[in-house]
Amino acid sequence: MLMESLSGRRKVLEQKPMNFWERIYLPAIFKGMGITFMHMFKKKETIRYPEEEREFSENWRGMHSLKRDEDGRERCTACGLCALSCPAEAITMISAEREKGEEHLYREEKYAAVYEINMLRCIFCGLCEEACPKEAIYLDGPIVPADYLRKDFIYGKDKLVEMPIDELEALKGAKV
Amino acid sequence: MELAFLFEKLILVTVLFVLTLSIAAYSTWLERKVAAWLQDRVGPNRAGIFGLLQPLADGGKMFFKEEIIPSGSNKWLFIAGPSLALLVSFLGTAVIPFGQNIELFGKTVPLQVTDINVGILYIFGVVSLGVYGIMIGGWASNNKYSLMGAVRGASQNISYEIAMGLSIIALLLVTNTLSFKEIAEQQHSWHWNVIYQPLGFLIFIICAFAETNRVPFDLPECETELIGGYNTEYSAFKMGAYMFAEYINMFVSSAVMAVLYFGGYNYPGMDAVNSLLGPTWGPVIGVAVMFIKIIAFIFFFMWVRWTIPRFRYDQLMDLGWKILIPLAIANIVITAIVITVVDKL
Repeated sequence: MLMESLSGRRKVLEQKPMNFWERIYLPAIFKGMGITFMHMFKKKETIRYPEEEREFSENWRGMHSLKRDEDGRERCTACGLCALSCPAEAITMISAEREKGEEHLYREEKYAAVYEINMLRCIFCGLCEEACPKEAIYLDGPIVPADYLRKDFIYGKDKLVEMPIDELEALKGAKV
Repeated sequence: MELAFLFEKLILVTVLFVLTLSIAAYSTWLERKVAAWLQDRVGPNRAGIFGLLQPLADGGKMFFKEEIIPSGSNKWLFIAGPSLALLVSFLGTAVIPFGQNIELFGKTVPLQVTDINVGILYIFGVVSLGVYGIMIGGWASNNKYSLMGAVRGASQNISYEIAMGLSIIALLLVTNTLSFKEIAEQQHSWHWNVIYQPLGFLIFIICAFAETNRVPFDLPECETELIGGYNTEYSAFKMGAYMFAEYINMFVSSAVMAVLYFGGYNYPGMDAVNSLLGPTWGPVIGVAVMFIKIIAFIFFFMWVRWTIPRFRYDQLMDLGWKILIPLAIANIVITAIVITVVDKL
């Protein structure tokens, strides 16, 4: 005996034997072919990636960038909190002390001489930007591109540090 | 005279060979494009404009891959399988008339390699040889999946060849000849055989799907159950040869269907066009029409492939033996009665 349906959503399916038109398959086949044919003229869902890009959301986390302040000085003071907070152990750095005459380059008295992120380890969780007391690191870049060798995925300061403000201006001027 | 004849045939064979190869190659491209279109995608578009160099890239890949001959396999048969499949698939095009006789440099050239008077029997013989490639390959692989695929291929081809032959008999009652050239000539302008033999055509096209191992009858090579079927153990160019043979078979059976049922190079209003363009350019239009029909059939093969799921094995056998063969016999009887009655009137 069938049990009482507790959810009230139970449906009893009737398995009727197929009638003549169902048995010869052809009407159903033609109907299906009509449906697939109409799909030829539908808008394609494909986004041709390198040429076209899907719009990113506001809180998208991409490639890291090391920020500069309003005078174009690097904000990072090499405190190591980002490396400490990183769950994937992707960040390493070597600190150095600021010399006389370098005040226009580095904002704090200590700076990161080497700053490396292994993009193969990074999980783009954003804990480093949360940990940073100097607002020096943000994951506001594009998608990290593919490459052939593992060593090329270790990004140093040459790739991470924001462009100096005057260069950025020059680039913008050139574009206009 | 003899030399000129040989030279003419040699050129024709070469042109046909190259044409068959390129159509088969671009069928693989079209297959991917059609699959993409029917699934709201774009398809290959990186290799060349619209991905037109894709077949070259695929071919290159096939050539440079590692060729593996399994240690448990029968080495000679393992090589013979794909060779036979490829060789046999090329033979079919020899008897197909691609156009009317054409006047070239003051000579009348038939656009058909050979007009043998048993052309249909020849095609049947060649097509049924095609399954040996699958059987030998599947057997030589020494692999259960391959063997299953080969057994399925053999039983499927045997079952559907009967219905195919019976549907052809009804057509022969109408045409009274086995020569492809004469059958094509009989269907002048709009007198296409599909008008007189609609049921025969339906049976024929269903069997053609089975003979070429295309969906919904691709049981010899179903990925989900048999891990690729008879070609499980094949890699590199031998695998490519099997794939290529399948596409060439598709081209040949499309050409056969176009000639037998859809008038081949005939089209309504061809007399007017021929008298307008003369004996050289008139037949060229006919050849173009023939190829449009062939490509339409190839597209149809692909359209079906990306619409219908595969038949179950018992459904396949039911359809072949219990539905198609009785239908084909009924078609013969009805055709014979109608012809007799029309003749007596």
